[in-house]
Amino acid sequence: MLVARRLGRSYGEKRVLRGIDLELPSGGFLVVTGANGSGKTTLLRICAGLAQPTEGTIERTVERAQIGYLGHEPLVYRELTAFENLELYGRLYRVAERRERIGMLLERFGLWEVRHERVASYSRGMTQRLAICRVLLHEPELLVLDEPYSALDEAGAELLDAQLAELHRERTFLLATHEPARLEPFASGRLALAA
Amino acid sequence: MSYVRDVGALARKDLLLELRARDTLPAMVLFVAAVFVVFHFALPEAPSRLETVGLLWIAILFTALLGLGRAFVPEREQRTIDGLVLAPCDRSAIWLAKSLATLVFLAAAEVVALPLYAVFFHRVGAATLAAVVLADIGICAVGTFLGAMAVATRARDLLLPLLFLPLAVPIVVGAVGASVVHSPGRYLGFLALYDALFAVVCWASFEYVVSE
Amino acid sequence: MSARAATIRVVGRTSRIPLPALAAVSLVLVTTAIAFVFFVAPNDANQGFSQRIFYFHVSIAITAYACFAAGAWQAFRLLWKRDPRADLKSYVCVHQGVIFGTLVLLTGSIWAKISWGRWWLWSSDQLVLFLVLFLFYCAYFMLRYSVDPGPQRANLSAVYALFGVVLIPVSFAAIRLAKDIIHPVVFTLHGPNFGGWILVTYCIAQVAMLVLAYTLYRLELVAKRLDGRLRELREVLA
Repeated sequence: MLVARRLGRSYGEKRVLRGIDLELPSGGFLVVTGANGSGKTTLLRICAGLAQPTEGTIERTVERAQIGYLGHEPLVYRELTAFENLELYGRLYRVAERRERIGMLLERFGLWEVRHERVASYSRGMTQRLAICRVLLHEPELLVLDEPYSALDEAGAELLDAQLAELHRERTFLLATHEPARLEPFASGRLALAA
Repeated sequence: MSYVRDVGALARKDLLLELRARDTLPAMVLFVAAVFVVFHFALPEAPSRLETVGLLWIAILFTALLGLGRAFVPEREQRTIDGLVLAPCDRSAIWLAKSLATLVFLAAAEVVALPLYAVFFHRVGAATLAAVVLADIGICAVGTFLGAMAVATRARDLLLPLLFLPLAVPIVVGAVGASVVHSPGRYLGFLALYDALFAVVCWASFEYVVSE
Repeated sequence: MSARAATIRVVGRTSRIPLPALAAVSLVLVTTAIAFVFFVAPNDANQGFSQRIFYFHVSIAITAYACFAAGAWQAFRLLWKRDPRADLKSYVCVHQGVIFGTLVLLTGSIWAKISWGRWWLWSSDQLVLFLVLFLFYCAYFMLRYSVDPGPQRANLSAVYALFGVVLIPVSFAAIRLAKDIIHPVVFTLHGPNFGGWILVTYCIAQVAMLVLAYTLYRLELVAKRLDGRLRELREVLA
């Protein structure tokens, strides 16, 4: 699904990634680890299609509509409610049975009660849970998740574990994390980035 | 068809954001009123009708700049532009939706500004109103586009007036001309041409502004 | 690889005409143009000797337009063909355009002072158009220096350069239209009636300016490329 050869990315003078080779087959689960500043976020952004590499090539056999990306930022509008945010993304991704799906996700991640409150009033854990709803909303084939556990509280982490357990065989995953042990049961491949 | 729906969804989001924040539109209205007051004190002699028309357009231009600078701020500060770029919709829909929303705000500000101008200075004619409509389209199309560019830089809102004003010169010529001359057809036609030309250029090249 | 071989590889990539030959040709052409302008072209009936600056003013103006157009062409190639080298070419073209544009404003101002005793004439279409373009392309540099080097900077610069080239005819039309609403003034800059030696002199001056611009473009391109190569080598060693 994803093949990268000699991938590199520089921001001006600073070289963030160099000579990365990566192969992610359909149905795979690749865990990316590395210290802060080793380029995990940049690599994931390139894989999701948000950034272009400055060296090397990357081939994607999956379309934009089939990719779900969770970054450091939740990518939700703080002044809109959870419901409005998911409505927007639901329309843009042409999600079938939009209302039902939004309701189902909000309920599963414990946000149904607060669905009509502005995201600005949420805790960090709740915002991250909403971000995960956003990622799962359009049922993407490829999920690119950048440290999904980092902002989650215990309850949220358990929900995410359950979600990964349910989906890891059907979908393709590319995850960056600081806790590789947690993903050991699912991982089909590992990539360690040096700073 | 789905393009129109994408634009609709995005424009709805932009209008909703402004309705919640309630900062840009009141600021624009207050700004334009204050600018009129400054004009009064800045001109030693009572200006003729022709001179105040020029002032009207200066006021509109700078009020628009105020609003345009804020257009892409939520996308930048919360990085939600990534979310929009990832979506399968055409990137130009982002620009079009934002332009339409900005157009609504500018029009709303002018609903106050034009009567205020009529009260403070001189009556506004039909040709001027037509020019306002056409000029607004150009200002919002080009200004929103440049706002997206400016917000991707370090200088941010410092850069937007510098990028925008040279491109606004033809708009000013068309608008002032239409407001002043006896047969405004040529100037209105020119404004329409400007709008069409730059709308196409903006629509075709917005893809490159948001891709990294 | 030896330093000399590396330099040759960088320079050789630029074009077939070697730079020293180009520099010599432009020197010859510019000298010839100056000689023609001051000694060969006849005196203008109305404005006399001072009108000779017209030859440089107009040829430099056309050269500046050509630079902006070339910059826009390279910008188009960057966006359409995804040629990453086009970014530097586009930037250098615009840079040359701004340099020549500054000269247009200067020569125009001098001409206005000599002809009418004023340093600026709003009634001169050419000057006003160049002022607008000058401001536009100065903003190009502000834009460029406000973004870190990389694909995004290249994209933004290219899009802006394309806007510039669309702005040129639109501004020209606008300035012509503005003549009707702005109170008409008698002061204008008149060129001479073309014919005979005047045409020859003008053509020589025009060719000289274009070759000069191309030489400077190549020169700056080489310098910037060497700069980039040095940076790359420094990184490899780091």
